[in-house]
Amino acid sequence: MTATTTNPAFGPGRRKPFVMRNPSVLVFLACLAIFTVGVTILSEGFGIGVISTSFIKTLGKTLCLCLIAVAMDVVWGYTGILSLGHFAFFGLGGYAIGMWLMYERTRLIVAESMSNAALPPTPEEISSGIATQIFGVVGASEFPPIWAFAHSLPLQLLAVVLVPGLLALVFGWLAFRSRVTGVYLSILTQAMTLALSLYLFQNDSGLRGNNGLSGLQNLPGVTASQDIVSMWFLWASAFALGAGYLLCAWVVSGKFGSVIRGIRDDEARVRFLGYSVEGYKLFVFTFTAVIAGIAGALYYPQAGIINPAEIAPIASIYLAVWVAIGGRGRLYGAVIGAAFVSLVSTYFTGGQAPSINLGFYTINWVDWWLILLGLTFVLVTLFFPKGIGGLFDLITDRRSPDRHGADLGPDQGALREKEAEE
Amino acid sequence: MNAAAATAAAPRNDRLLEVSGVSVSFDGFKAINNLSFSIGKAELRAVIGPNGAGKTTFMDIVTGKTRPDEGKVIWGDRSVSLLRMNEAKIAQAGVGRKFQRPTVFEDQSVFDNLLMALRNGRSAWTVLFYKPSDEDRARVVALAEEIGLETQLARKSGELSHGQKQWLEIGMLLAQEPQLLLVDEPAAGMTPAEREHTTDILKEAAKTRAVVVVEHDMEFVRRLDCKVTVLHEGSVLAEGSLDHVTKNEQVIEVYLGR
Amino acid sequence: MTRLLRLLAACLFALLPAAAMAQDTDDLSEIQALLQEHREIIEKSSRRTIGPAIDAIAASGLPAAQDVLERWQAREMWQRTDDGLFFFTEEAGEDANGEDLLTLFDIATGEEVGTVLEDDMDQLKPNSGIRAMMGAALVRFQLTDPNDRVRNRALTAIERDAQDSHLATLRSVIAEETNPAIAARMARLERLLTIRFGEDDAERIEAIESFSGDLGVDLRATLNPLVQTELRVAEGEAPEGEDVARVLRPGSEALSKADAYTLLVREELAPPLISGDDQKAALVANIIDGQVAGIQVADLNTDDARDLAYAELVRQGAVEAAATEDEIDEIIDGYAFYEVYTATSPEVVAAALGALRSIDTKVAVNQFLDLTLDALSLASIYFLAAIGLAITFGVMRVINMAHGEFIMMGAYTGYVVQQIIPNYTASIAVAIPLAFVVTFAAGVAMERLVIRWLYHRPLETLLATFGISIALQQLAKNIFGTQARPLTSPDWLGGALVFNDVVSISYIRVAIFVLALIFLGVFLFIMNRTRVGLEVRAVTQNPRMAASMGINPDKINMLTFGLGSGIAGIAGVAIGLYAQVTSELGQGYIVQSFMTVVVGGVGNIWGTLLGATLIGFLQKFIEWFNPSNTLAAQTYMIIFIIIFIQFRPRGLIALKGRAAEA
Repeated sequence: MTATTTNPAFGPGRRKPFVMRNPSVLVFLACLAIFTVGVTILSEGFGIGVISTSFIKTLGKTLCLCLIAVAMDVVWGYTGILSLGHFAFFGLGGYAIGMWLMYERTRLIVAESMSNAALPPTPEEISSGIATQIFGVVGASEFPPIWAFAHSLPLQLLAVVLVPGLLALVFGWLAFRSRVTGVYLSILTQAMTLALSLYLFQNDSGLRGNNGLSGLQNLPGVTASQDIVSMWFLWASAFALGAGYLLCAWVVSGKFGSVIRGIRDDEARVRFLGYSVEGYKLFVFTFTAVIAGIAGALYYPQAGIINPAEIAPIASIYLAVWVAIGGRGRLYGAVIGAAFVSLVSTYFTGGQAPSINLGFYTINWVDWWLILLGLTFVLVTLFFPKGIGGLFDLITDRRSPDRHGADLGPDQGALREKEAEE
Repeated sequence: MNAAAATAAAPRNDRLLEVSGVSVSFDGFKAINNLSFSIGKAELRAVIGPNGAGKTTFMDIVTGKTRPDEGKVIWGDRSVSLLRMNEAKIAQAGVGRKFQRPTVFEDQSVFDNLLMALRNGRSAWTVLFYKPSDEDRARVVALAEEIGLETQLARKSGELSHGQKQWLEIGMLLAQEPQLLLVDEPAAGMTPAEREHTTDILKEAAKTRAVVVVEHDMEFVRRLDCKVTVLHEGSVLAEGSLDHVTKNEQVIEVYLGR
Repeated sequence: MTRLLRLLAACLFALLPAAAMAQDTDDLSEIQALLQEHREIIEKSSRRTIGPAIDAIAASGLPAAQDVLERWQAREMWQRTDDGLFFFTEEAGEDANGEDLLTLFDIATGEEVGTVLEDDMDQLKPNSGIRAMMGAALVRFQLTDPNDRVRNRALTAIERDAQDSHLATLRSVIAEETNPAIAARMARLERLLTIRFGEDDAERIEAIESFSGDLGVDLRATLNPLVQTELRVAEGEAPEGEDVARVLRPGSEALSKADAYTLLVREELAPPLISGDDQKAALVANIIDGQVAGIQVADLNTDDARDLAYAELVRQGAVEAAATEDEIDEIIDGYAFYEVYTATSPEVVAAALGALRSIDTKVAVNQFLDLTLDALSLASIYFLAAIGLAITFGVMRVINMAHGEFIMMGAYTGYVVQQIIPNYTASIAVAIPLAFVVTFAAGVAMERLVIRWLYHRPLETLLATFGISIALQQLAKNIFGTQARPLTSPDWLGGALVFNDVVSISYIRVAIFVLALIFLGVFLFIMNRTRVGLEVRAVTQNPRMAASMGINPDKINMLTFGLGSGIAGIAGVAIGLYAQVTSELGQGYIVQSFMTVVVGGVGNIWGTLLGATLIGFLQKFIEWFNPSNTLAAQTYMIIFIIIFIQFRPRGLIALKGRAAEA
């Protein structure tokens, strides 16, 4: 994946452009483009209607999950920080955009209902009308302070980036500064996620407690049907995934990539080379948190609802599962893992999978899928640490043996931990 | 640098590193006890001592890995204290360290390893937008020649032999262009031919900078032909040429008397 | 006999006319004679004059006196119209002419004396005031009843609904009480009644002060009405000479501006406030040709415009003047709002306030104690949940995300055992070792199959055990369903250990605390006093060296992991006893358990203990500041831990030196 390993011309001379040095990026972008065009042709909204709108939404959501998986791969597969908090950033992005969607849509409804009154409504009346609509379920009728910017789409879009980014920055600064590493860091990020979800579960958190935000699938002021809107979101998600993938591929290649992989493999050594390990970790943590926030902001309008349960620590662990099954340390592995596992999960838990009748017992997949997933995950961890992406090595390794190396092998390898070296 | 020149007390402004009165203890065990040590700007120095004499802890203190309980560590012309800096800052200030076990980034090519070590901007932002210039690449190739790995640039460093890894690590240290090089048991596990090569690299390096070699192997130390500091129980037992210290009765007792 | 003679003499002298009207006092029973003596006021039946009659009956000491008072109170005593004698009656149906009949009974003996027409009798109909007086008189009988239960019941009745008359009654019987428990109860009640009904302030204050140091709810219930306040308003400053409790600022928490204004309106000091809706309605009612008071309707989309239009309507006389919300502040500013004590004299108020203050202080101290007990029990739960993890994570550096599921497994084991063995005590006794065995086996299996392949890759272990955790949770869901299963504790663990009105702790929590102590002891014993413990410590510190000395690290790792898991199983039974057993039971404890281990410091049981104590106390005390919200408490606790780790990255009890840095 890295530029220099594939290009042994070390002497002076002009370097090839970034994408040429990383053919896998081109391949990926091409696949994504073909996928998007294909889905568009088959969709109900713009094509021949083979794929139902609900499945379009599933595909669009899957693209967002792929995007956060790419971010997770950068922070975990490349930098070695097993963050169990990135789904919290994902959720925060969703909440940020959800606030605007909910506010604006409620505002339109309230304004509509008040427009027939004898007197034109005052701004205060509209505002309190919206607040009652939104917060009635938690017994409040006033806007909490955090909704101060909910009326403004640009500000909430900024919040999609800033809120997860700032949280990651503050948390990361605290955690990395005190040199918390390895499993300690994982547990700490998990605790952060738990704290956030518990906080959001409260009714007075200002985000409707466990009701969450709903009705997000309706774009305010847009009269187009969901068939059309779902395609817009699919395109946006595909674009975000493409751009995010390109950006992440650029970040992990070159010298920066060398340094963060160095941090993953031997943090102390990088430090003695004069690199401020904490700074790099903080950069990667915050950068990927922002990507996660953007992915969440695209995901939840397609899902239609967001509530604190989405942020629970378990979600972040599933994210790690996807990346591990797809293959760490390679971005396309993360995409494959997220797409594969989440689509298969949807299939099995959606009740479409046929039950298996064993005579004495009927295996109902809705009940048994999680057990299968859990055990598969154990097997992958034990026997296929490279994940599905490792299969690509079997093809590519024959041509260029140095291309991926034994970085994730079970015996000696890259994902060594400080604790393991004692 | 010969031993005789080094024995004469270097003038104050010639000192690169001055460690004075440093003590550190772990759970009551005094690993370093009132240690004082100094080295000039272009000097090769061997530090020897039995196991547990505090050699590694001494290096930990200089490189900022361990904070001493008391004492001073003064660095460079401007006499800054290293105690207030973290590892990365100390490395940037010009202290390079080679670990006992060869630690190179096995997942990455020799070229990438050396490029990462090159003396360039270290901040995340600079590195993110870094493009290797022609000079940088030429410098990497030159370093590779110096450590005898010019044909191995494209290989993953994990595939190198043990000795080659040691050299790569020394090469990375040289790429950092440090003023002080701390080398922990460079000869461990090397073939005689590899040792000779290593000696040459270190002696060459010491012409332009200070080099401290921590070593067990007396033969290797003799070949370095430099001033020797003997550590024992966390403080300096003797200092001088190898012949001088090996005649010292205390040293003999420490090394042989047990 | 002498008494009777004296009584008769008294009758003859005092109420000669009544006596003369009576047939012949000698023929009458003593109680009848007494009633005849007071016949006039009894017939008059006025609350103001009846007193001497009731007193005389109550003080007579006659055996029938209580009966008479009770039946009289129940309106079952009638007077024969022709001779004025009193009888108890019962309805006896009707005679041949359809007239109502009554059966008469003698008031002294209760014997039936015949049946008469109801028209020949007058019913005594004491009003409620008189009945209350009789009640008070009856209390005296109950309080002197030879039966302890009756006396206690009477006291309870007084406690529940005290009358001022009770005070004197109580005082009069208190000296005769022989049962010490009842005597103490009477004495306490007497003092409480004195506080409420005492005649002069000195007496009441003395009674208040006699209670110093008492925490009783009854005392607080008695004192609180004394310091009742009433909100008043005055122009300018609060007037002097009134017993002002405090001056309130409108807009503060104690008095909202709206409430303050409402008070002003009620006192007719300010015009009524018009709400936004009313104002709107008024404006709408006055729309003429798309205009209100000359302003276009379309322009009435701000509050200012609406106020303006309304003011214009007022000027035109179309609507009544009313204050708008903006004017409230200005009006309120002109008045002082203050609370005065209304219940009693200032001196008593002062004494009551002082007593309440000291009670509050004592209650606070005791609440603190109670909180400490709560925190201690929470800490023992965390300790129980974390100790197994501390072993696997601390000793082996293996992180077991399925630890919570082992706790869950233990709890379900307890549930299954209870399905088979109905006796709760026996089932718990079986469940605890069985839970250990089950989870020990599960732990060993997991170690053999998964963890030992991953010893040098902690993050991979975390992931693999997480996979197991998902599978186990779902498996439990498939077997036991999603609804909570009860794990019932034996009766002897049912109650609570009560120290006083404030401090108490349930026996289950005491048991969990004891269990935690036992675990600590057993763990210390195994680690420090047994061969296995020695080997575990050796393997922990240097596996290679231990192996070269003939210790089989594989076996030790397996045993350690089994032990950690087994303890989780026992913890599961304990936790299941007071929490609902669901497949997600373990999830709720896993993060807290990790926190406990991390905060305490890895590799040290005392660290785990300290960590559990810190986290338990912290959580309880945060809850104390914000009792309604346990979610917030957990949030803040986790934030605290994140910050704590800044200062002690290696936990409270950290290993120092090279071992810790490697």
